[in-house]
Amino acid sequence: MGKTLAEKVWDEHVVRSAEGEPDLLYIDLHLIHEVTSPQAFEGLRLAGRKVRRPDLTLATEDHNVPTLDWDKPIADPVSRTQVETLRRNTEEFGVRLHALGDPEQGIVHIIGPQLGLTQPGMTVVCGDSHTSTHGAFGAIAFGIGTSEVEHVLATQTLPQARPRTMAVTVNGSLPDGVTAKDLVLTLIARAGTGGGQGYIVEYRGPAIEDLSMEARMTLCNMSIEWGAKAGLVAPDQTTFDYLEGRPEAPKGADWDAAVEHWRSLRTDPDAEFDKELVLDAGTMTPFVTWGTNPGQGVPLGAAVPRPEDFEDEQDRVAAQKALEYMGLEAGTPMRDIEVDTVFVGSCTNGRIEDLRAAAAVINGRQVAKGTRLLVVPGSARVRLQAEDEGLDVVFKQAGAEWRGAGCSMCLGMNPDQLAPRERSASTSNRNFEGRQGEGGRTHLVSPLVAAATAVRGTLSSPVDLEEL
Amino acid sequence: MEKFRTHTGVAMPLRRSNVDTDQIIPAVYLKRVTRTGFEDGLFAAWRSDPDFVLNRPEYADATVLVAGPDFGTGSSREHAVWALQNYGFRVVIAPRFGDIFRGNSGKSGLLAAQVDDKVVLRLWDHLAEHPGATVTVDLESRTVKAGEGPEAIEESFDIDDYTRWRLLEGLDDIGITLSHAEDITAFEASRPRWKPVTTH
Ligand code: SF4
Repeated sequence: MGKTLAEKVWDEHVVRSAEGEPDLLYIDLHLIHEVTSPQAFEGLRLAGRKVRRPDLTLATEDHNVPTLDWDKPIADPVSRTQVETLRRNTEEFGVRLHALGDPEQGIVHIIGPQLGLTQPGMTVVCGDSHTSTHGAFGAIAFGIGTSEVEHVLATQTLPQARPRTMAVTVNGSLPDGVTAKDLVLTLIARAGTGGGQGYIVEYRGPAIEDLSMEARMTLCNMSIEWGAKAGLVAPDQTTFDYLEGRPEAPKGADWDAAVEHWRSLRTDPDAEFDKELVLDAGTMTPFVTWGTNPGQGVPLGAAVPRPEDFEDEQDRVAAQKALEYMGLEAGTPMRDIEVDTVFVGSCTNGRIEDLRAAAAVINGRQVAKGTRLLVVPGSARVRLQAEDEGLDVVFKQAGAEWRGAGCSMCLGMNPDQLAPRERSASTSNRNFEGRQGEGGRTHLVSPLVAAATAVRGTLSSPVDLEEL
Repeated sequence: MEKFRTHTGVAMPLRRSNVDTDQIIPAVYLKRVTRTGFEDGLFAAWRSDPDFVLNRPEYADATVLVAGPDFGTGSSREHAVWALQNYGFRVVIAPRFGDIFRGNSGKSGLLAAQVDDKVVLRLWDHLAEHPGATVTVDLESRTVKAGEGPEAIEESFDIDDYTRWRLLEGLDDIGITLSHAEDITAFEASRPRWKPVTTH
């Protein structure tokens, strides 16, 4: 019997396997950031251990850095200590760091692909659950905890039980104005937040092949939001074209050898998945969340659901709690929901294509009165590129705030937070209670919906806007 | 890591499903660079409510948490495990755990005991009738016990063999892996030369 893509990549990385033990997996790339690494380095120091492969490790500052005055010392002393600790640790252990102010600094899942470090067939880990983003290249990429960060630093390996495999086949093609974000929100609403648990998911089918690399990253990014261990897409010409010429991509004969190998990274025709889901892209529409987990979503054209409509008792209770938290009435059309803040950014939708899409909608229009639009590029490179293209001017002229790169309001660890009961439309990935600030209410949306919402002040898509 | 065999302690019911790690400890509490001191951030948003179960005197010494399905989903932050441990919890019982949370628990010595939905419902009922009651969690026999007499609860829980063994022995993963250092070196020698590196 043939193998799935995930099985091929997995098998290529098994250092050791023994009956009754998890496989010991070699890690090709380890990304680290300031929040989940300090205790790992401290553990190494206490045990007198070194970083085994600093040359397979890359650090950046993203979660806890300011997006205003980022060229000045960090004002919050506790945040400053955390960032300085990373700088000290990377210096002491010889790890490459892209610090605030460096043109390669940015959200860890944006800079890996951007530098060409994320490549097909790799294993990539990071102390961050959205590491699944890198699966867009046909890599096995997953988030780990701090103890595992320490383990990878010390050994460049991780003991891992072999997950099951699932195929998500998306047929047809996405209608105009419907994006990878809408696709994945639709999928999660269908499969449930626990639906992918225990699986590495391969996204495949015509609609997936049509996606750009950046859109594939958006899709794979949210794999964790339905519980999957990882999500990946088989590498193809789109992947190779994206990678060729990037700073850390192979060059010359190495490039040819690499591409030859990458072409073999496809699921064999006779391979079997443990589970399969089939979706039709043609019927999809802009999709937004109404609740407090990413599975609680509906089409933008629908209304806030009624708890009674859920068959499962737990779902009913969860819906009731979510509506209370979100301050929503069942039956309200989603399009009538007024939004205070629109956030465009994060590792889900903070790449250049996302900013271009949002800017195209905003161009020549104004942010609604009483609404604020925060645009936070995912990396310093994305910011520079956007400024080169004049997107910053488009946003600023519309009345938006143009910020420095980082995670920002995706997790509300720095000062970019919602106030209690403030409502946001956010291109990020989590609408958990308090995720964007204590008491804050989040609706997950695509960049197109975010931009249109900023203009109208209520959840909207570009078709709702008056012609210019 | 300390060995874990059996534990008996006051059990606190948390009647919620989908308790993600942002609820267990919000991001603003993640700024410390140590493994300690996270107890203040535990369930921070809910704790402002004086009626929240963690604030009730009968659970002041709780060491076992009994939660609904999908506990610990979301962010990879191990701080969620540390916050529970720093506060005094040794065991979390739930019908389903977020993958990364369960992994993190095993590494840090917090026991994540997976039970049937019905077992959690029965434990919740028992604890509602006897607030402050203890629950015994025995890792060797993989059983959860509570109450006495005809209503006594005795059920098995799931945990993978490898994690169970490591917890029972109090073993540190890194030490185990480093005992296979030769295998790692051999593997490294076979890696293709075009694989990327971060330093040149
Ligand atoms: S942008 Fe959000 S989801 Fe992505 S790495 Fe940062 S905090 Fe995590």
